[in-house]
Amino acid sequence: MVVHAIVFYVFAVVLIASALMVISARNPVHSVLWLILGFFNGAGLFLLMGAEFLAMVLVIVYVGAVAVLFLFVVMMLNVNVARLRQGFLDYLPIGAGVGLVLLGELLLAFGAGPFHAPSSAGAPDPGMGAATNTEAIGQVLYTDYVYLFQGAGIVLLIGMVGSILLTLRHRPGVRRQDVHDQTHRDPRTAVTLKKVPTGEGLG
Amino acid sequence: MIIGLGHYLTVGAILFTLGVFGIFLNRKNVITILMSVELMLLAVNINLVAFSTHLHDLVGQIFAMFVLTVAAAEAAIGLAIVVAFFRNRGTIAVEDINELKG
Repeated sequence: MVVHAIVFYVFAVVLIASALMVISARNPVHSVLWLILGFFNGAGLFLLMGAEFLAMVLVIVYVGAVAVLFLFVVMMLNVNVARLRQGFLDYLPIGAGVGLVLLGELLLAFGAGPFHAPSSAGAPDPGMGAATNTEAIGQVLYTDYVYLFQGAGIVLLIGMVGSILLTLRHRPGVRRQDVHDQTHRDPRTAVTLKKVPTGEGLG
Repeated sequence: MIIGLGHYLTVGAILFTLGVFGIFLNRKNVITILMSVELMLLAVNINLVAFSTHLHDLVGQIFAMFVLTVAAAEAAIGLAIVVAFFRNRGTIAVEDINELKG
């Protein structure tokens, strides 16, 4: 139990510290790197709670895809950081005020527990030993929530199409393959047969 | 010392607050705003998973997965918009994004 508590506090403190660094780092690249550290520690918290599958998904999807996407975009755009930092502290008081009010309200709401499950709980956790977390999630996801699962796929497809459409550009003056022209070549127009007299050449 | 639901909810609350705070603090940098949104979504996921394991109900983890899906799509679209805007205007400062203004 003590080890569990120590591990929890390590993950939680590092997570919150890295979140603090994300919003206060001077360089956006450093922000992204702190974000990656934060996601790793969030995955650690998920593991502590017993949600192994989500922990792995968090590492793979967030660290492997989303954070690297952020990193690429930050490095690709030549952003003038100094200009973006102007007036950094102008909004510190109102931001801190809103944040403290929000934090107080959230803690008040969470303090209103203890929380109990409603009598008609949706999908009971099979508990330890019955099945792994991944297997249990699969059994619920592919049966009761299969339409939502398909919908999530459609959301990702639309996201993919939208981002490709937004960033694709046709530059003028670039020689590229014209498939229509290539497949519509006709032997009658492309090839001419000439009768060459022997020993004289085409001339 | 037992780590219970309240501990995880407190971490989630602090993380969410830091996300909101980050949006206020980095009001000019749209990439950092997007990162703050990601922090807030991570806080939401921590809350969902904490309640899911506390109440022994898997639906919370299923919902957290859908939140992850939408967050990934949102990050991709948002960054694509940022890239497209940077190409057109050469800046990504939030105060310069006023194309829709009258």
